Amino acid sequence: MSAERLRLMFAARRADNSTALLPFMTAGLPDPGHAVEMFEAMAGAGADGFEVGIPYSDPLMDGPIIQEGGARALAAGVGLEEGLEIAGRVIARTGLPALVMTYANVVVQAGPDEFARRAADHGVSGVIVADLPLEEAGPIKAAVERAGLGMVLFAAPTTTEARLRRIVEAEPVFIYGVADLGVTGERKIASSRAGELARRIREVTGIPLVMGVGISTPEQAAAIAGSADGVIVGSALVRRALEAQTPTEAIASLATAVREFRAAL
Amino acid sequence: MKLERPDARGRFGEFGGRFAPETLMPALEELEHAFEGAWADPAFRGDLDRLLKDFVGRPTPIFEAERLSAQLGFRVLLKREDLAHTGAHKINNAIAQVLLARRMGKPRVIAETGAGQHGVATATAAALLGLECDVFMGEKDIERQSLNVYRMQMLGTRVIPVTSGAGTLKDAVNEAMRDWVGTVETTHYVIGSVVGPHPFPWMVREFQRVIGDESLAQLGEDLPDVVVACVGGGSNAIGMFYPFAGLGIDLVGVEAAGEGIETGRHGASLGEGSPGILHGTRTYLLQDADGQVQEAHSISAGLDYPGVGPEHAYFQDLGLARYVSITDDESLEGVSLLARTEGIIPALESAHAISWIAKAAGELQGKTVLVNLSGRGDKDVQQIAEARS
Ligand SMILES: Cc1ncc(COP(=O)(O)O)c(C=O)c1O
Repeated sequence: MSAERLRLMFAARRADNSTALLPFMTAGLPDPGHAVEMFEAMAGAGADGFEVGIPYSDPLMDGPIIQEGGARALAAGVGLEEGLEIAGRVIARTGLPALVMTYANVVVQAGPDEFARRAADHGVSGVIVADLPLEEAGPIKAAVERAGLGMVLFAAPTTTEARLRRIVEAEPVFIYGVADLGVTGERKIASSRAGELARRIREVTGIPLVMGVGISTPEQAAAIAGSADGVIVGSALVRRALEAQTPTEAIASLATAVREFRAAL
Repeated sequence: MKLERPDARGRFGEFGGRFAPETLMPALEELEHAFEGAWADPAFRGDLDRLLKDFVGRPTPIFEAERLSAQLGFRVLLKREDLAHTGAHKINNAIAQVLLARRMGKPRVIAETGAGQHGVATATAAALLGLECDVFMGEKDIERQSLNVYRMQMLGTRVIPVTSGAGTLKDAVNEAMRDWVGTVETTHYVIGSVVGPHPFPWMVREFQRVIGDESLAQLGEDLPDVVVACVGGGSNAIGMFYPFAGLGIDLVGVEAAGEGIETGRHGASLGEGSPGILHGTRTYLLQDADGQVQEAHSISAGLDYPGVGPEHAYFQDLGLARYVSITDDESLEGVSLLARTEGIIPALESAHAISWIAKAAGELQGKTVLVNLSGRGDKDVQQIAEARS
């Protein structure tokens, strides 16, 4: 059961009273040949697991940085199969749990069962679909869980109490708490909404809570760490992978960044 | 059978739905309730009807196109949406949505635009009703529809260039959605066609059905055999088709064949696409085997879209309407044909419908054909001149 790996990781972090660091990285950066090595460097720097982005042509939940990451990966020939292969090799080499993050059409075109089976074959622990709210999640969530993977559901600052209750009742493998209004991207100032959302979710459930979107500095991560089981850092890392002049520089830069986030948690 | 409204999950059969980020879900629920309330409220309907009459200039006439009929050998009627204020049917939806936004207490509206007609319509409604307005427009469209950019700016709207993707309508929708994810508590997204997550496809159809409802009332017993409209996202077409569906009338939607279907550079999502999810709805799309959405191609910015409204997908699968396509070159001939026979320069979008009736003249002999002339061509004059040179 691949989802088990993720559950064990959260249990271990709760046991040692720390917060899991889950870097997001688009599969295929800085280039397909160095993708696995870059994830390995982040693992060595203290990551607890990964969110591996499978690129999609129209990522409407993503800001300019992750859009650019996806466009670059797509141009380098990274689609679903290549993305899953990268995730699989990262899992095999690091022993860490990894989830794949994509958009509904990528799952639906593969077919939910086929998508889930292929992800499971590569050892993937869970699935995050940015444009899949609870109301539409049914068939995909069922397929993912049949394959032994965990399905993630979102809760946002705008989510009402009634919706939050229904999301909790669906028992996702973890709740992705959207830390700020808006799409993914770096923020100068941490959202004041994150703490409030985390508190609301904690009040109604013990399901692991991972906060993400707009967490772009170690200080911002530290500020929310106490109220969540994990934090996802995406744009701040993808930007470094995009800005690096060489793959070696990207790998070094990502290791440094992850070490800084780890130290802050 | 046509559906009065989609089911509780926003589906027209297997199409439609609400594939949106969680952040937007409460706003979509709020919008659905606000729309239901407003649509059933005589005060809102009264306000809207007054604006449609005195500001937009409705009802738009149905014009007997005698010289075109004589040339083609069958009777052609034109529903003159080009005479609506701002020059296209887009104002019907824009003014209703901005009125609804004001009722919902949202001080700001945003919109995407391709040809610029929806952007101009939204900018106009926002100026009229005193709301702040930002419009997202692809870089390529800003270039080919520059007249409409100036019009929006004159109306006090900020036009935000979109550089992602091919810089066309699909990218403008992405960017408007992204803005909305961050501003949803104070902003209403005035989507410009019968696309997007539920309740948009249904709501926009209800706001555009005035085209077909009016036509039925104007024609009385004198019903047409065929009704034709161009299809980008599909709002002018569904607005015209919906009231006619189920009356045994041949409903024909005309998509963009761009440089030719066989070149792969076109916008014929119903004709050539397959079911998938884009911009919050399940519908026919131009996409590859991995589910990556392809770029559409059309000389007409308003038809340059790789998806289509889910109700058209439903109409196609049930045979309630059929969908054909017309190339860029053919659409230019459509512009000339209507300009020279009737003294009306149509929008490039609408010219696709005109061109199809000329092309299908053989099968249309002896019939009465009602064409929805969705907009006027002023915005396209420069582009047409360049295409001809
Ligand atoms: C005149 C005109 N007709 C048609 C369209 C296509 O949109 P729809 O298919 O939603 O009517 C546009 C869009 O910009 C337009 O300006």
